[in-house]
Amino acid sequence: MSAHDHTGTVDEGRRQALRLAGGGLAVAFLWSAGMGPAVAQMNPRRQPGDEAAAAADGNPPFAPNAFIRIDADGGVRLVMPSAEMGQSIYTGIAMMLAEELGVGLDQIKVEHSPPSDALYGQPLLGGGQITGGSTSTRGQWQALREAGAVAREMLVAAAAAQWHVDPESCSVARGVVTHVPSGRTLGFGAVAEAAGRLPQPASVKLKERKDFTLIGKPLRRIDSPDKVNGGTQFGIDVKVPGMKFAAVRTSPELAGTLGAVDDSKARTIPGVIEVIKLDDAVAVVGEHYWAAQQGLQALDIEWKPGVNAKLDTQTLVAALQETSRNGKALVGRKPKGEAPAGGKRVEAAFVSPMLAHAPMEPLNATVHVTPGRCEVWTGTQVPTRVVKEAARICGIPEQAVVLHNQYLGGGFGRRLETDQVEQAVAFARQVSYPLKVIWSREEDIRHDRVRPLYYDRISATLGDDGKPTSWQHRITSGTVLGRWLPAAMGKDGMDSDAIESAADLPYDMDNVLVEWAYHVMPPGLVVGWWRGVGPTHNLFIVESFIDELAHTAGKDPLEYRRSLMKPGSRALGVLNLAAEKIGWGGQPLPARVGRGIAVGSPFGSHVCAIVEAEVTPQGQVRLRRAVVAVDNGITINPSSVQAQMQGGLLFGLSAALYNGITLKNGAIEQSNFHDYRNLRINEVPQIDVYSVENDEAPGGIGEVGTAIAAPALANAIFAATGIRLRELPVSRTQLAESPDALKKVAGILTGKEDVA
Amino acid sequence: MKRFLIVVLLLIVIGVGAYFVLNRTDHDDGTAPVIAGAPANADPVARGEYLARAADCVACHTVPETGKPFAGGVAFKLPFGTIYSSNITADEETGIGRWSDDEFVRAVREGVRKDGKHLYPAFPYTSYTQLSRADVLAIKAYLFTLPKVRQPETPNDLGFPFNQRWAMGFWNAAFFRSQRFEPDASRSPEWNSGAYLAGALGHCAECHTPRNIGYGLKHGQELAGQELQGWRAYNITSDPVHGVGKWSDEALVQYLRTGYAQGHASANGPMGEAVAHSLQFLKPEDTAALVAWLRTVPAREGKDPIVVDPAPKAVVASSAMAPGGDDPSANVDGQRLFEGACASCHQWNGAGQQTPNAGLAGTRGVNDPGGANVTQAILQGVKMRIGQTDIYMPAFGHAYSDPEVAALANYVIHHFGGKEGTVTAEDVAKRRQL
Amino acid sequence: MVTLRVNGEDRQADVPPDMPLLWVLRDVVGLTGTKFGCGIAQCGACTVHLDGQPVRSCQLPVSAVGDRAITTIEGIGATPEGTKVQQAWLAVDVVQCGYCQSGQIMAAAALLARTPNPTDRDIDAAMSGNICRCGTYVRIREAIKQAATGQPNGLQVIVDGGAA
Ligand code: FES
Ligand code: FES
Repeated sequence: MSAHDHTGTVDEGRRQALRLAGGGLAVAFLWSAGMGPAVAQMNPRRQPGDEAAAAADGNPPFAPNAFIRIDADGGVRLVMPSAEMGQSIYTGIAMMLAEELGVGLDQIKVEHSPPSDALYGQPLLGGGQITGGSTSTRGQWQALREAGAVAREMLVAAAAAQWHVDPESCSVARGVVTHVPSGRTLGFGAVAEAAGRLPQPASVKLKERKDFTLIGKPLRRIDSPDKVNGGTQFGIDVKVPGMKFAAVRTSPELAGTLGAVDDSKARTIPGVIEVIKLDDAVAVVGEHYWAAQQGLQALDIEWKPGVNAKLDTQTLVAALQETSRNGKALVGRKPKGEAPAGGKRVEAAFVSPMLAHAPMEPLNATVHVTPGRCEVWTGTQVPTRVVKEAARICGIPEQAVVLHNQYLGGGFGRRLETDQVEQAVAFARQVSYPLKVIWSREEDIRHDRVRPLYYDRISATLGDDGKPTSWQHRITSGTVLGRWLPAAMGKDGMDSDAIESAADLPYDMDNVLVEWAYHVMPPGLVVGWWRGVGPTHNLFIVESFIDELAHTAGKDPLEYRRSLMKPGSRALGVLNLAAEKIGWGGQPLPARVGRGIAVGSPFGSHVCAIVEAEVTPQGQVRLRRAVVAVDNGITINPSSVQAQMQGGLLFGLSAALYNGITLKNGAIEQSNFHDYRNLRINEVPQIDVYSVENDEAPGGIGEVGTAIAAPALANAIFAATGIRLRELPVSRTQLAESPDALKKVAGILTGKEDVA
Repeated sequence: MKRFLIVVLLLIVIGVGAYFVLNRTDHDDGTAPVIAGAPANADPVARGEYLARAADCVACHTVPETGKPFAGGVAFKLPFGTIYSSNITADEETGIGRWSDDEFVRAVREGVRKDGKHLYPAFPYTSYTQLSRADVLAIKAYLFTLPKVRQPETPNDLGFPFNQRWAMGFWNAAFFRSQRFEPDASRSPEWNSGAYLAGALGHCAECHTPRNIGYGLKHGQELAGQELQGWRAYNITSDPVHGVGKWSDEALVQYLRTGYAQGHASANGPMGEAVAHSLQFLKPEDTAALVAWLRTVPAREGKDPIVVDPAPKAVVASSAMAPGGDDPSANVDGQRLFEGACASCHQWNGAGQQTPNAGLAGTRGVNDPGGANVTQAILQGVKMRIGQTDIYMPAFGHAYSDPEVAALANYVIHHFGGKEGTVTAEDVAKRRQL
Repeated sequence: MVTLRVNGEDRQADVPPDMPLLWVLRDVVGLTGTKFGCGIAQCGACTVHLDGQPVRSCQLPVSAVGDRAITTIEGIGATPEGTKVQQAWLAVDVVQCGYCQSGQIMAAAALLARTPNPTDRDIDAAMSGNICRCGTYVRIREAIKQAATGQPNGLQVIVDGGAA
């Protein structure tokens, strides 16, 4: 039973989408699956393009599909359709494939996939080779296990044929086929060649959950060993013979352009090779990145102001407010029936800031353009898009572009964009040697494609029992989906990501109106995906507001939520589990300490976070503890789920506490970790993660923790101080106990050693 | 009644007379002692460049990062309003391109512009008045070789009566003497060079000498230190406890050339600018002269004197990598912030790594319980280029709250100065406005 | 030309004296395990050891190294603390994207070398300069304790994927 069954009168197409994918970014993309010509997507059987792919991949004797290569020496190589950016998907994919194939994780080697929508298209994302939206496991769960099973059956058939026995009498474990009655064995390598000549089975039987030997176990990540000894090659580590390094500066004003550049000083710096330009950016090429950076610093650059020269955050927020009041709103969910008259009305408005991704590995790409050819090394979430853009810029066919995807030092949606790679290609076209272009952290933040700014107005009417008799929520924002995959927009122009986790509430209410007003962002201010995107924002609004309603109704926030949920729903399950684990309502908490609940169903999973925080008399927020309960259906790797929930929660808490991108004169004001802060280990509390076990199909995990973080924190701050946050990041000055508290000498009175 | 009128008239006459006497111009061209970096026989443009550096023209006449050199527009937030420096490139319309030699000399040494209006003494004509005409004209010659920048003046933001430039005549009458440098024959040539470098060119007193209520320099308190634009310019008299009397010559030289003297000081804020734009470029002989002169500045205690604790408990108990000696219950917030954003450069024993300028131990900043410069450094960071090296500390003011900055400042003062800091969030809020 | 002693080997590099050690290691010597994260000593990704002491190589001019021995993530496994830390990192399975982890491991190894049995506060003091955008902090804390004590300390036990 899915929580999405309570969504009221969502129109039928959208409702269908919600059921299939269980929410998240995927909802949006699923629409595209039904549109236009049939989209290519991954298939457990060998596809037309796979032959060439296998040939290019060492031409192994056994390559039954796009994912599995078995060499004559028995080596097992698995090709990863998704990109690894920390979410542990390589391990998850390897577990799904290996479970059915019959090898141990320690026996395999994983490989990055070459760019190909046809072979590695993500079904939930319209068939593109895309890693995002917490869809990888959800979208591949069936196909990859089947791919493993197909390969295993063929290997077994080959062995059985050699022995002249019934394949049914054979078993497989750790890459070895055993004829059970006789005890004879053959390794995969020995039968690979023969298996490669066999026809593929039309159907295969997948293991039942109880028979899993890998899936469901907390296995070590397959990429761990190299990541602890510096051996993993990220995009930024690529070495190509003859390669030079480029440092870049792009117009600080978004949409500004490059004017005159005086490079006389730069050219005198030892190691500087040349200075190259684009319309809106300049790069200095050096023998090493340091020379390039020094050269860049020595440039005297004149920037030409563009249309945003006067743009600042206040103007932008005001413009969104105007759109919210007077713009056209699309209905994402219609109320059912008439709301009863009377009752107590509660209203609120919220501002959610733009956010940067700041993946730990700054953006980079290494590009070598030769006549008629372009070779690219980079870590990307969208390999085929990179190929397409590189081909466009170089004016060559896509087949003439070679892309080597790499491990990603964090993605968070930033590497769903190709802007940085496009720029690198445009620069590399101007030189003959391979060029590694690295954005400094300052460039990375000042030219991020930020999570959208949102302005929300929300209201409800409470009946005599304190429960909402009506609920209205109007979201105003730019659109990520509309730019990034316009075909996936609803036919009325609705952006389903913008309303995700707002239209599909876990609460059993009838008179719910959810609307989205599209605000056209100024040119140059490009909004992008971010870890959690729509749900990070909507859950903050919805769960802050539900908390406020509980308070208005004089109810305990836990009881109030329970009273609004259908018995037996999965969301109620995680709510109850988290409450039980933290001991909700048990011991009274010290003064200015509060606990905040947030619950929701983003990305096809169900999650509840309870955060306990202390707010010092001077308004400093200390995280004391967090409990997360998650129901993501069948878990592939519990260790990964725990890690993703912890990491995701911290990503969201960092943003809620500290992060907001602001604009001044059309430029992003933040630049590096001193003004775009990240939680540090000494601010991080104990985070306990609990899972609900069941047989539901796997849900998404990578973004779930992030999406639920901010409301849990905001509600904890309310519980500690009585102050309801209407805006993020948390304005800590507003949280001081009294103006007098700020006159006291800092440090002396706030010191307490009670936080872990 | 008649008698009264006479008295009034007399007073006016005396007043006017006094005004003119007090505002009289020293018509002497003046002579300068030997400046090693600008020998009298050298090409005037080269001399001018060196002298302009020694006088640190660029710091006040160039907006950091974004501005064109010498095009002005730098804001000076003074207690009575904000004024902006002017364009001193040779642009005819917006700069000084049409100024005659006499007009330029008058502006530099008397504080009166080409149009006859008074300049505000944020422009240190009060010091530059000592310069020789030859030196002033050398500076002009140099400025006229630079690219002309068309950049109109930013109007000052001053309320009445401070926006009345004519009134500066009275200020000048009270606090300004037009007077060329007078060598002291009883002192060595080196000392005289130092006096000219410090007084006429470097205008040290403009920041380091306390001012009276009328914003005039308190000459009796010369170089005893004062606070200005939110930063404390420390006592640089030869007082052994509160000034620089105990510093070795080497330490003083090192400081003036690199902005850093181990165990004593690390320049940031306006002094960092002075080192970066001016002092580091002095010839070693000139630096030595400056030090020779500095040694003879009479010892004074100054206001809010700072006593450096040479071995605070926590510094002694800490290693480079690990803290020790802190009272575990005091200021956990401050310590948390320090260990996250600061310790990797400053280190727990204040030795400083990556760059020696990160050394905190023994500096007056961390020994000042009021924490003026510690707070400013946290809020604004440091960015200067010394020789070939960038000295950089991020500005934490944007993302760290007032209570956080206060807690951090107090922690730093406690840990590295062995004193209880008194910085409050409210103080930090005020400093942000400066 | 400078001579650097990196992981026990002498390396020559013809570089300007003010070039940060980070770029000498990555772009000239060719050891890319040490990472660039911020360039302003705020994230710790570039941490290496000089005579066992952690430094931010992004801000350290190569001329300031002198004859001190440089240890990078590629060489830390040869030290007793490095081995312990790397093993604990695997036992707890700390890494996510892994990009910050070179720096985390270098910081942790230096901590254990001077404080074999660190408290939570010791860990905070030593590790707070290292940012992890993926948020692996809970496991980092756990792994350091495991490395110190050799005992698992409460988190779920990671197993090798040997089955199937
Ligand atoms: S790259 Fe050196 S500390 Fe971030
Ligand atoms: S593991 Fe990704 S930044 Fe730390």
